Amino acid sequence: MSDQSTLPEVVPDDDPGTERGRRGTRGTTSHARSIRPGFIAKLILIGTVDALGVYGVLAAWAVQSWGILAFLVVALAVANWAYFSRRMLPAKYLVPGLLFLVVYQLYAMGYTGYVAFTNYGDGHNSTKSDAISQIAAQNERRVEGSPALPLTVVRQGDDLGFAVLTEDDDVEVGTPDQPFAVADDATVEGGRITAVPGWDVLGFAEVAQDQEAITSLRVPFSEDADGGSVRTQDGSTGYVFRSALEYDAAADTFTDTDDGTVYTPSASGNFVSEDGERLTPGWRVGVGFDNFTSMVTDSRMAGPFAQIFLWTFAFAFLSVATTFALGLFLAITFNERRVRGRRIYRSLLILPYAFPGFLSALVWRGMLNERFGFVNDVVLGGASIGWLTDPWLAKVAVIGVNLWLGFPYMFLICTGALQSIPSDMVEAARIDGAGRWRIFRSLTLPMLMVSVAPLLISSFAFNFNNFSLIYMLTGGGPNFIGTPYVVGHTDILISMVYSVAFESGVKQYGVASALSILIFIIVGVISYLGFRRTRTLEEI
Amino acid sequence: MARTAPLQEPRLRGRRWWSEIGWRHVVGVVMIAICVLPLLYVLSASLNPGGTLTGSNELFRTFSLQNYVDLWPRQFGSWALNSLLVSGVTAIGTVLMGGAAAYAFSRFRFRGRRAGLTTLLLVQMFPQMLAFVALFLLLLSLNEVFPAIGLNTQLGLICVYLGGALGVNTFLMYGFFNTVPRELDEAAKIDGATHAQIFWTIILRLVAPILAVVGLLSFIGSYGEFIIARVVLQRPERFTLALGLYNWAADERNARWGLFAAGAVLAAIPVVLLFLFLQRYIVGGLTAGSVKG
Repeated sequence: MSDQSTLPEVVPDDDPGTERGRRGTRGTTSHARSIRPGFIAKLILIGTVDALGVYGVLAAWAVQSWGILAFLVVALAVANWAYFSRRMLPAKYLVPGLLFLVVYQLYAMGYTGYVAFTNYGDGHNSTKSDAISQIAAQNERRVEGSPALPLTVVRQGDDLGFAVLTEDDDVEVGTPDQPFAVADDATVEGGRITAVPGWDVLGFAEVAQDQEAITSLRVPFSEDADGGSVRTQDGSTGYVFRSALEYDAAADTFTDTDDGTVYTPSASGNFVSEDGERLTPGWRVGVGFDNFTSMVTDSRMAGPFAQIFLWTFAFAFLSVATTFALGLFLAITFNERRVRGRRIYRSLLILPYAFPGFLSALVWRGMLNERFGFVNDVVLGGASIGWLTDPWLAKVAVIGVNLWLGFPYMFLICTGALQSIPSDMVEAARIDGAGRWRIFRSLTLPMLMVSVAPLLISSFAFNFNNFSLIYMLTGGGPNFIGTPYVVGHTDILISMVYSVAFESGVKQYGVASALSILIFIIVGVISYLGFRRTRTLEEI
Repeated sequence: MARTAPLQEPRLRGRRWWSEIGWRHVVGVVMIAICVLPLLYVLSASLNPGGTLTGSNELFRTFSLQNYVDLWPRQFGSWALNSLLVSGVTAIGTVLMGGAAAYAFSRFRFRGRRAGLTTLLLVQMFPQMLAFVALFLLLLSLNEVFPAIGLNTQLGLICVYLGGALGVNTFLMYGFFNTVPRELDEAAKIDGATHAQIFWTIILRLVAPILAVVGLLSFIGSYGEFIIARVVLQRPERFTLALGLYNWAADERNARWGLFAAGAVLAAIPVVLLFLFLQRYIVGGLTAGSVKG
């Protein structure tokens, strides 16, 4: 458990002079006790971390994020224990990295797994109680026959609010977050509020300027969503609004006060009437494997999904195959001592690899433009070929651009691998009468594969998730028609996840996470195959 | 062209020269043309003040630095700063955390060491970006507690990148740390050095090459990273170069092509220089890292 085990035979146990700083049990000159610059730096760092942590705990308490709070408490305890304990040397070096790893990778993966089994997404973003208060607020109507209240728009910092003159001639002030409360000492002139202490009264011009924000402003009477609210159309008269839907906490139902329709909670996380009419928003509920099966059971999606699935494999495989073939060919071509200027060739050939990949994809996007692009306009003499708009040509273009981007890497590693093949072996084969092709097939290639095969597998895994290329070059297009998500012929799984989560109008985090899990599984299998080849696990 | 053979070997001429050597030059020249043409095209487009796609097709028709001047009022400067900040801090953090973890795994024997290494190896198989939806939701909920590392902040993005640091780099560094003879730390320990002194003043200096490689790879990686950055940063003034330049290039109607080209040239220069300058190390690091797993 301590570093002592790393040098069992070097330190004689009877020599106290070498015991310093290891366990500190003898105490006199232990490094942690003596005040050195390093110790002070440690104190300052840990102190800062603790201060931030405590702030976080309080903030999490305030917004009732119990998960974050619990994590912070545990993390703080671990950090302090690791750095102030004499033991646990490895922990001192591992804790910072592990904390980040746990939050931003392990937790993120686990959370993906959780979300995949829920209907989290637009319309199901939050908890049930949030959904209830939002439904009540969104379905407010003006209360029939309620009086028109003289109203003044007020401002405090960036917060807009209303001041109204109630029927009892009280002045009440409130904002959307802060229900109406009586304001004393307000000035009322001719039935209008002209000044409220602590608030700026907005003039006509300012009201006109902020009209949109003001007409959508809703100031509630109480924290309770059923309490009703005041809204205004013109900035000078307010009307009382009350929800047309009343929530009955005991029965857990909404009732429409106009026609008596009753909405009951459904398994899919919505309040639904008997006719099947749904109230929005809903809330998050578990949906089992629905997200996983939705790609296959939805007839609009099944075909495109199958195409995307196959294309992802085809894209990754073809990318590796083409770049490797070209890279190997070039490596062999320039692995010949008698070629002059090899150094120049090599450094120019890796330029596409040195140029940032995201920029290359964007440059090619412009060059392959159907009407104005360099390729059609200049190279092909004014042709009009839909490189990025035809389903098949777009696939060709994606593979081609990825070949341009990726062959230098293969060129580099193949060159390295070729140079490590002993030349006397090649010589011996030649003396035995093997021809060029025979030497390549029976000697060079197998020797090369030993070191290159694992790289090919990781290259496959990389291209399997090559989001930037697809997104920047074609954006996944040309798009399929009639699919519920915006996906296209060149979309691969990871870009489909992005589209489902963020770019298809209705955000569906649940479905997107389910697709991510699918990719996790595939990548896991691929990497497992890679591991079996490299036997890395045995080297630990 | 025919003066190719070294002195000892017989000079090749005519058909023999073509079949053994000459075709290699042809291949080389053609490939170089293919490699360089798109890059020349960007350079030419960046010097064309018209700034549309069509206008850029005649290479080097005009020469004007107008695009380079126009970049700055349009937030290019802040994108560049954001990119340098995010990538720089990520690179430093990655080197420190990865180095510390590799030191622990390489020099200490403790319970859970093997399990820890195996876990890292497993984690390393799954790129962090696969979980970008969950990362978005995580930062969304962090917004309420720690707005400074929530959505739409550079710090939040850096934290996310650092979360991926250990998984990717520890193995590469671990292998290298193991090559530093242990006798060195033992000697230092006998002389009274603490574990921290050994780490900071002995080990880190000896493994400087791998630190440079990891730092550079991390810098280049986060400099070009797109998907997580796009999910985290939503306001234009917070963008990194990758996000900002994407917006210009993808915006076909407003004809920002010239601006994009100029921005691309400027954005590429540091990376290309770093790469060409440190090519040997980067390639070595890439292959070593991949072979390790």
